[in-house]
Amino acid sequence: MATGEAKAARSERANQRPELAALDDATLREALRRMHLIRKFEEEAENSYMRGLIHGTMHLSIGQEASAVGTCLPLEPQDYILSTHRGHGHCIAKGAQPGMMFAEFFGKETGYCRGRGGSMHIADVEGGNLGANGIVGGGLPIAAGVGLSIKMQKNGRVCIVFFGDGASNEGAFHEALNMASIWKLPVVFVCENNHYGMSMAIERASAVPNVADRAPAYAMPGITIDGNDLPLVAATAGEAIARARSGGGPTLIECKTYRIRGHSKSDRNLYRTKEEIDLWRSRCPIVRLEEELLGHDRFDRQALDAIEAAAAAEIAEAIEFAKASPDPDISELTRDVYAN
Amino acid sequence: MRELSYAEAIREALGQAMEADERVFLFGEDVGVYGGAFGVSGDLVHRFGTERVIDTPISELGIAGVAVGAAITGMRPVLEIQFSDFVTLAMEQIVNQAAKIRFMFGGKATVPMVVRLPGGSGTGAAAQHSQSLEAWFAHVPGLKVIQPATPHDAKGMLLAALDDPNPVLIFEHKLLYKTKGPVPAEAYRVPIGKAAIRREGTDLTIVGTSLMSLKAEAAAARLAEEGISAEVIDLRTIRPIDFDTVAASVRKTGRLLVVYEGVKTMGIGAEISAMIAESDVFDFLDAPILRLGGADMPLPYNPQLEKAAVPQEDDIVAAARRLKREE
Ligand SMILES: Cc1ncc(C[n+]2csc(CCOP(=O)(O)OP(=O)(O)O)c2C)c(N)n1
Ligand SMILES: [Mg+2]
Repeated sequence: MATGEAKAARSERANQRPELAALDDATLREALRRMHLIRKFEEEAENSYMRGLIHGTMHLSIGQEASAVGTCLPLEPQDYILSTHRGHGHCIAKGAQPGMMFAEFFGKETGYCRGRGGSMHIADVEGGNLGANGIVGGGLPIAAGVGLSIKMQKNGRVCIVFFGDGASNEGAFHEALNMASIWKLPVVFVCENNHYGMSMAIERASAVPNVADRAPAYAMPGITIDGNDLPLVAATAGEAIARARSGGGPTLIECKTYRIRGHSKSDRNLYRTKEEIDLWRSRCPIVRLEEELLGHDRFDRQALDAIEAAAAAEIAEAIEFAKASPDPDISELTRDVYAN
Repeated sequence: MRELSYAEAIREALGQAMEADERVFLFGEDVGVYGGAFGVSGDLVHRFGTERVIDTPISELGIAGVAVGAAITGMRPVLEIQFSDFVTLAMEQIVNQAAKIRFMFGGKATVPMVVRLPGGSGTGAAAQHSQSLEAWFAHVPGLKVIQPATPHDAKGMLLAALDDPNPVLIFEHKLLYKTKGPVPAEAYRVPIGKAAIRREGTDLTIVGTSLMSLKAEAAAARLAEEGISAEVIDLRTIRPIDFDTVAASVRKTGRLLVVYEGVKTMGIGAEISAMIAESDVFDFLDAPILRLGGADMPLPYNPQLEKAAVPQEDDIVAAARRLKREE
């Protein structure tokens, strides 16, 4: 029996679109928290890079928060994800601790990979994140293997694999989708189409306008959605995850989105216009969700600000943890090349 | 003792491993009812079903990735790459992913997968179906690379590979599949990383890999008739290499010949020679080290040319005589 209060809340949601109405307040709060965490994480990562605290390069996902968080929202803790070089958001969306992530970027022993992997290889195996990948498309065939493993062990889990529009032109993409389909594997393929590889626009790189247009070739459902719309991403992913879990096989979801920052630290934005970047800035997935929630009185400004402030505090604490952490011991240089 | 062929020995190991451990499964191109391109999987699909002996699409990169994904999530995959040459399409997953995941993740994952790779020349299959690419993989930290030469070792080393928490690549010479030898019925292990002394001798050491260690044994028997006493070592594992066994032998004999089928340049022989040169064993050498390896060329089709492109028994005998003459 629903309480009177819950009933009232539901009827109040009747005038909301179904994707939003389906999300209760606690879920929305968590989604917003994670999106803010990602945004602030990326900003702090960039800031730390500028101040020389992080070496190497990194690929920021500012502007893509809704696809990461929306996709992971319907997952159970024991489910798996496989991530990409632009993977900080996926990692946080799957529940990783920002402190251990920053520690990894700073190359510290307390990092997720003990400082051996850095931004491009961050993995939270215990939390179900089987790793970012330095190889474009590298996670796609692995996802088929994870799916097969789940199926053989009959453990009811699901595997999400993220990849970019650029990765969809790798042979690995086609081989993985085909295998997942013929074996009906519990895998959801999530393409974050941010319209560019490093610099090459998808229109120039791909024979079809939408990555999801390729799904029929592998006899799986393919759907192209607005990847900056969190409730829509969550609803679409939720359906695909449920189908995968119940033995219905894989789905290809294409989230159209945009990376506001350059491809990596060396990008001078020579291949796109300021107008285009500004247009997408105005489509910020966080602001969009907040405005929709305010419009429906689901949260007030004060509540939203509190969520953001808590995320900011968490990131500040995470940075301090990372800074205070020890470096790896050089005497352990070759540790973990092999398992014993 | 009971004799089995090399192919039967592998099949027996696979069957015993699958009986003992439900995490173990075999997959690859045409390994099911076809029984494998070289008949290695044979009737396994009838014993274990299509869920554990899985035919895959012709997608080498993809299936190598499947092995990685299954291994990191609790399974023990055995992948057959139909001809080792086709591993070139799977390099990404083996070299960038399987070999590095444990290290990159700070030791927080393991990749216990086995890849079986039929290789080598002598079947008239020409340049794209005859290569010996094992040295490529021996250059990659994180992988283990083994080359059993006898039915006994094929079974024991495959079972050892399945116990190993690391990715293990098994290079099986195609000409070995029909060779026969004693194979115990029980599930036994032959350790990875341990060479075998096949014949003791005092005048020179011949280190061989895979089929070449058998050729070296045959050559050593002929050399004995001429009064040359050759010690023959079957390297068995090329990563991690058992340098101690090689070093001890060369300390004793003072002469070293390394024989392998892969292209001689930048190969296993270069590595062993350099290890000797960098160690105190160098002082024990009475003659320069000799290497016999594949010619610096793609493998030819014509049978005479094909034979001429890789070391043969006569070449080993001739090289050993030369070494013995050097004082
Ligand atoms: C196999 C491979 N080729 C090229 C690169 C270099 N590279 C890294 S990211 C990238 C662009 C990838 O584009 P996309 O898949 O759309 O992902 P995005 O960066 O847009 O998130 C390129 C070319 C690489 N890391 N791996
Ligand atoms: Mg892209």
